[in-house]
Amino acid sequence: MTTDPHDPGAAHGLKTTLVVGLEIHVELATASKMWTAAPNVAHPDHFDAEPNTLLSPVAVGLPGTLPVMNKAAVEMSVKVGLALNCSIAKRSKWDRKSYYYPDLPKNYQISQYDIPLCYDGGFEIPLSNDEEPEHKHINIIRAHLEEDAGKLLHELPGGGFSDGSLVDLNRAGTPLLEIVTAPDFRTADEAVTFCNMLRDICRHLGVTEGIMQRGHMRFEPNINVIIENKAGETFKTPIVEVKNLNSFRAVHGAIIHEHTRQVEAWMVDGRVMGGGEKSTRGWDDAKEVTTLQREKEDAHDYRYFPDPDLVEVVVDEAWLEEQRAALPELPAAKRKRYIDDLHLKPIDADTLLAEPANAAYFDAVIDAGADSKRTGAFLLNTAMKRANEHNTTLDRLGATPQQTAGLVAMLANDKISSSAAEPLFGYCCESDETPEKLAEHHGLIQVSDDGALDAWVDEVIANPKLAQAVEDVKAGKGKAIGALVGAVMKLSKGQANPKAVSAKINEKLSG
Amino acid sequence: MSNQAQPISEDDVRHVAKLARLTLNDEQVHHFTDQLGAVLGYIAQLGELDVEGVEPLAHPLDLVNVLREDVAQPGADRDAMLANAPDRQDAFFKVPKVLGDGGGA
Amino acid sequence: MDVTNTTMLGVRDAVASKEVSAVEVTRAYLDRIEKHNEALGAYLEVHDERALQRAADVDKGQLTGPLAGVPIAVKDLFCTSYGKTTASSRMLENYRSPFTATAVQRLEDAGAIILGKTSMDEYAMGSSCETCAFGGAKNPWDPSRVPGGSSGGSAAAMAADLCAAAIGSDTGGSIRQPAALTGVVGMKPTYGRISRYGMIAFASSLDQCGPFARTVADAALLLKVMSGVDPMDATSAPVDVEPDLDEVEREVKNLRIGVAKQYMLEGANDPAVQQATDDAIKFYESQGATIVEVDLPHTKYGIPVYYVVATAECSSNLARYDGVHFGHRTAEPANDIVELFSKSRAEGFGDEVKRRIMLGTYALSSGYYDAYYNRALKVRRLIKNDFDAAFEQCDAILCPTTTTPAFKIGEKADDPLSMYLNDVYTVNAPLAGIAGISLPAGTTEVDGKALPVGVQLIGDAFAEAKLLRVARLYEAGHDHWNLRPAL
Repeated sequence: MTTDPHDPGAAHGLKTTLVVGLEIHVELATASKMWTAAPNVAHPDHFDAEPNTLLSPVAVGLPGTLPVMNKAAVEMSVKVGLALNCSIAKRSKWDRKSYYYPDLPKNYQISQYDIPLCYDGGFEIPLSNDEEPEHKHINIIRAHLEEDAGKLLHELPGGGFSDGSLVDLNRAGTPLLEIVTAPDFRTADEAVTFCNMLRDICRHLGVTEGIMQRGHMRFEPNINVIIENKAGETFKTPIVEVKNLNSFRAVHGAIIHEHTRQVEAWMVDGRVMGGGEKSTRGWDDAKEVTTLQREKEDAHDYRYFPDPDLVEVVVDEAWLEEQRAALPELPAAKRKRYIDDLHLKPIDADTLLAEPANAAYFDAVIDAGADSKRTGAFLLNTAMKRANEHNTTLDRLGATPQQTAGLVAMLANDKISSSAAEPLFGYCCESDETPEKLAEHHGLIQVSDDGALDAWVDEVIANPKLAQAVEDVKAGKGKAIGALVGAVMKLSKGQANPKAVSAKINEKLSG
Repeated sequence: MSNQAQPISEDDVRHVAKLARLTLNDEQVHHFTDQLGAVLGYIAQLGELDVEGVEPLAHPLDLVNVLREDVAQPGADRDAMLANAPDRQDAFFKVPKVLGDGGGA
Repeated sequence: MDVTNTTMLGVRDAVASKEVSAVEVTRAYLDRIEKHNEALGAYLEVHDERALQRAADVDKGQLTGPLAGVPIAVKDLFCTSYGKTTASSRMLENYRSPFTATAVQRLEDAGAIILGKTSMDEYAMGSSCETCAFGGAKNPWDPSRVPGGSSGGSAAAMAADLCAAAIGSDTGGSIRQPAALTGVVGMKPTYGRISRYGMIAFASSLDQCGPFARTVADAALLLKVMSGVDPMDATSAPVDVEPDLDEVEREVKNLRIGVAKQYMLEGANDPAVQQATDDAIKFYESQGATIVEVDLPHTKYGIPVYYVVATAECSSNLARYDGVHFGHRTAEPANDIVELFSKSRAEGFGDEVKRRIMLGTYALSSGYYDAYYNRALKVRRLIKNDFDAAFEQCDAILCPTTTTPAFKIGEKADDPLSMYLNDVYTVNAPLAGIAGISLPAGTTEVDGKALPVGVQLIGDAFAEAKLLRVARLYEAGHDHWNLRPAL
């Protein structure tokens, strides 16, 4: 244990160690719900559905209905499990977890109790933003598949008054992968790094859009603190579970707050960890504090037992291999490839990787034969601007990877100027024609021809508004040439080759 | 398995009724304690058997991997889904005000 | 001809040959219902208009199929998109299902005319039809006696010719026991044979839909029509339905009838029941069958296993009835959601349902799971192993269906254990997931009234074709099948 001025125990002469484990719920973006063909609210097509419109008799748990398992939910879970280096259970089963709540139509949740689909995994997280950071392995105990509950509202949408609570079952039956880590985190930053990386992995696997505001991922840290006093005695504070955090900021804030709060609480009451002492707290985003929800977890008796409406899932070698083969390149490997093999700057690699669709588009352009550095530069400087303006990803702008690869090649060969790249990309997005044809059609082919350049350069030098710049260049002030080149480019509507223009101006003014 | 003369107490019955969300009055608790006690006493004969190493049989069918392709159908008509609700407000099922977090998911 | 005094196939053929119209047939049954249902309480709801409409469709040739024009009664456990579906519970007193159960849909697709919904023990929990919240059915042979349960209404309707056939569900004997007590054929098929979708769950690993019929051939056709995998039920077996499932006349070569001492509880059996069983053994012997003694040593544990497994599953299956999305909600003020749930459920469920929910909750609760539920599952395995071994030696096991003929209404109503012991000959087949059929085996006179007794044949999983042929052999050698109560 090292002394740390940021340790909330330091002021009291205590050394404290934070111990955090995470439970993470990931809503899988299958087309249909887990047990029925009704649409899944976590799928991009249905996130804004009107309340109670994504239902079926099965989703409402009407008498006589039965669940039938969605194959895609199992396959997505297996993929996540493999990506998290987990073992995949050969046989796993479905269990009922009983508790009564108005948003849980059957009053039991179908889950996996003693045999999770994925178990014993983990991955390395970097401990800093350095170029070559230290890493730490985080163990994943299990990842099991279960169904989400509906939502309980306390007012009408838009704030209309209700004298009761209102149940919307759109979310009920959404497949949910619950990932449980070992209590391996010692700082809030470590936990947030892990959450971020997990989100990236899941997004690259295509199992979720990972949009936090929509609740696609929810985090529940289990937090306690080991306190060491001056006498070297250690005390473990009771574990607190903070429920339903849906932003990285909240995860960070809740862990930091609990660290301080638990140390202070221990100084007042001296309570330490013991049987049935796990309490549940919520996070107040405005006040940035956790608040007590339930004192003791042992009030629950979930009465797990095997769901007799469902049969076991057997993931045999063939199925497992099929899933393994279908795994895309994961973000960590992709990043390494982008930097080491494709020579992107780390920051550029990260920008592309932040959106799996953009990274995939980049890969497709490279596959179409384009140079990686030029492609990276073009996508990040030009294409991304357009994507941001349209609030979408590169793949949805309309230009095929082949078109973009062709455009990048034209840039490399000086067939177009960099200022022509943006309009040409725009034309590519609107048309199926090759960039060569489009550049010709729109007069974007770069001109290095002497006669044409002479005429443009002469016109610019003769322009009285630019007389000062001309004088400056003559006087040897090199920077002034920029204004003249710019004017020629404008005059030529981007067609002039700027290098040739620059040479031509120097030639004429020094001559 | 309990070998006591009375396999279940009135307190047990109250606890179980609470878990099962059933309001019982004292007379019912008393009555059910006797009846459940008799049945549990009968069930206790399962304790005679040596079941060490026997694989539990939760389900008679030996099926595995009964799975559905992930194809969404349109959501059901909302009014049909809400038609049996004892109380509703607009598009929602309605219950008396629920305070705090009682869920377990 | 009197169409209400023939067989289902008789009705079907008469309609097909236009000897009578489907409307005439349906009217004839509706008239009998009108005349007798008040006394017998077999039907909770009669869908006369819809039935006549569909019958007219049959007559116009718009509705065809192997059951075209056959009037059928449906236990009120099966969801129908018309009328109410109550499971005989206050909880669902006004419940209307937005869909129809697969089994019922298959009957209708085959041209059947659904006459209405029959009374039953609440949520199929009972052996007497007395736990029905809306007045249980009575035994047509003696209305002071129970028709058995839980499918008592379907059995009573069948016995009294208030339908040409009926369907019910069997979890621990709920088809076979009432069939025996009312003198009709009742079959519990192999678990997974018929979809459970739309059949309100009592105990999911045990519940199975099956037919009530006048004859084995009628039952065979009903089974064939309803069987087969259903994409809505993950536990419906992807086993092809044998093409000869309804060819009941075919001989079973080298027939071996199994007899187990554990299924001959002479001390418990009524003498008439014992006599009927002994006579059946002699009959098969006379037909050239070999009688094989089989050993089913764990039989006596069937009832305790059943009352742990079935109640554990029901405690969970019935959790959804909380007065939020459907079903009864208390009118009393509730301070919080727990009170709303608890009062609604206390008001909506009858005592037997509450007892079973509490028993099952207890068996699954923290600290008791291993001692009760898990141990019961292990013994369930032993019971299944017994049957697996027995069917190596024989084609079907012959035994009584019940220990006694129908008992008096009220006789066991508040003595759950003695009621449960009724199921001694019927609980083990569902625990093992195998098939069983109860056949009428004549009557015995009790208090001046003739009361039916039944014999049971138990067959291996997915071997119903053979079981039905074995049953048909017995039926053909007797005229018990045509005994009908004087109403």
